[in-house]
Amino acid sequence: MRDEQAFIEYVQGGGQVEAGDWMPDDYRAKLLKFVEMHANSELMGVLPEREWILRAPTLQRKLALTAKVQDEVGHAQLIYRVAEDLGKPRDAMFADLLSGKAKFHNVFHYPTKTWGDVGVIAWLVDAAAIISQKALLKCSYAPYARIMKKICWEESFHILHGRDVILALVTGTPAQFELVQEALSRWWGPLMQFHGNPISRDEDPMWFWRIKSQGNEEARQQFLDGYVPQILELGLEIPDPKLRRNEEGVWEYTEPDWAELKHVVTGHGPRTSERLAFRARFLEQERWVRDAVLAA
Amino acid sequence: MNEQELLGLADDELIVGWRDSEWTGIAPLLEEDVAFSSIAQNEIGHARALYELLGDDADALAFDRRPEEYRCAPLVQLRLLDWAHAIARRWLYELADEIRISALRETLPLAAKIDREERYHRMHAEMWHERLAGTSQFREAVEELWPYALGVLPEGQREALAARVGLPVGDAVERGTLDDGFAELWDEMTMVRRSAPAGAQW
Amino acid sequence: MEWEVFRRDRAGAALEHAGSVVAPDAEFAEAWAREQYGRRGESVALWLVPRAAVHVVEDWADEFDLKYRRVDGYSIKARLKEARERAGTAGAR
Repeated sequence: MRDEQAFIEYVQGGGQVEAGDWMPDDYRAKLLKFVEMHANSELMGVLPEREWILRAPTLQRKLALTAKVQDEVGHAQLIYRVAEDLGKPRDAMFADLLSGKAKFHNVFHYPTKTWGDVGVIAWLVDAAAIISQKALLKCSYAPYARIMKKICWEESFHILHGRDVILALVTGTPAQFELVQEALSRWWGPLMQFHGNPISRDEDPMWFWRIKSQGNEEARQQFLDGYVPQILELGLEIPDPKLRRNEEGVWEYTEPDWAELKHVVTGHGPRTSERLAFRARFLEQERWVRDAVLAA
Repeated sequence: MNEQELLGLADDELIVGWRDSEWTGIAPLLEEDVAFSSIAQNEIGHARALYELLGDDADALAFDRRPEEYRCAPLVQLRLLDWAHAIARRWLYELADEIRISALRETLPLAAKIDREERYHRMHAEMWHERLAGTSQFREAVEELWPYALGVLPEGQREALAARVGLPVGDAVERGTLDDGFAELWDEMTMVRRSAPAGAQW
Repeated sequence: MEWEVFRRDRAGAALEHAGSVVAPDAEFAEAWAREQYGRRGESVALWLVPRAAVHVVEDWADEFDLKYRRVDGYSIKARLKEARERAGTAGAR
């Protein structure tokens, strides 16, 4: 089937595509870009949390956090493999990531300042990510849809671990409660930007090719539905006076700063250069190891 | 093994696990990153089990001592952020560990459990050793770490280690010395815990 | 080289394709696949196969009506109703 129109009808009718199948150039290009950004995000997402592995205050938290971050690396491997089988070598993807040509999600450009951030990230950032990931379970590209199953299964403990960390803090000392509140206030902006600015279906190539089955606004509403009640029931305050659920069940909120989102994902976040440089340093330093291992 | 020696073993596992966990996210290959992180988690799990033999509160033993009260060998204290040294340490440590753990198997059921998990660590270390043994980076790292590796074991077990590594028994960096980097490690390891009063929940 | 990973979820289950790892030999492939597909105890077995060893079959001839040898080639409702009416056994259940 080398007919673009037939392909479009096929995927729009729910059909799925495998790695060896013919696909229109535009589909391949859009898909690869999307998958690559996801892989980059998993990889870069490790760095903000990594510092706290070394500072975890109990053995249980140390093990759980290490396992969680390990999962993120594992997810990066799974997703990069999908991109590799679509035709782009891993080295090329790393090069594009480090040069700023390829992007990664906004949340991983921000600093983590306290143990409170560890809880907020594992609970809320992961929750926002899972919503997007669940929507990818129906992706028209089957290899990607299949690894989403494994990823969602592994993420299920992350959120529980995150919520457990938060609960220990909010039922601890006043200073510990404040750690959570302060972290939440700092992360709320990036969280609201996470799912991206609303794009109508007609204008969204990701919907056209059935790569994504959920719009950005739909994902954000789902996040608010699920997590605002969970946040408020702990006595925490959300730093948006306009945030409320209206009579139609739709969440209203202060318009997120889309300029900030664009500025950050184009490589100008508070920690972007530092993290990319950190990653570049190790990639370069261990080039000899890859050469020794991947040589036949 | 007496209590002090058991504490030394526990501290070794804790600190080597802590050091190994530093590679999470930055190992040379993604596939290896995942594998290495499991090893780090296993080591810390072993430390926890050993602390539980020694006292009621594994966390208190792991975190609430002064740096000079830890009994870990200097080998595990070193911050080694280049792969040749990190993997050389893994290899040397597993060989040393096998010698002392197998000596303990009869008297300590926990040692047998640890040994069964360590089997996969040994396979992993040997796999890397085979692949990198021909490189100058790895060979030089092993030579540099050799005196530290000897210090992991009591004198009576060092000949066995020398036979496996292919280097002669010589001067060892003995247990009881604190590497310069250890104070920094301890500080980082305990900073969050120390930020709340003793007994606080996390 | 790429190694395809097949995993068995639990005793008695079929092997399922789970993904792939890039590794220079079987030893590395094993060490890494153990972690990616088994660190949560989620597999009782893994089969690792170099991608080059996999012989792919994806094309089929579907020219003639083969329904005679499938369940969907048979519709017995109408005839069964007629037979029951003739035998007087319709509705006698």
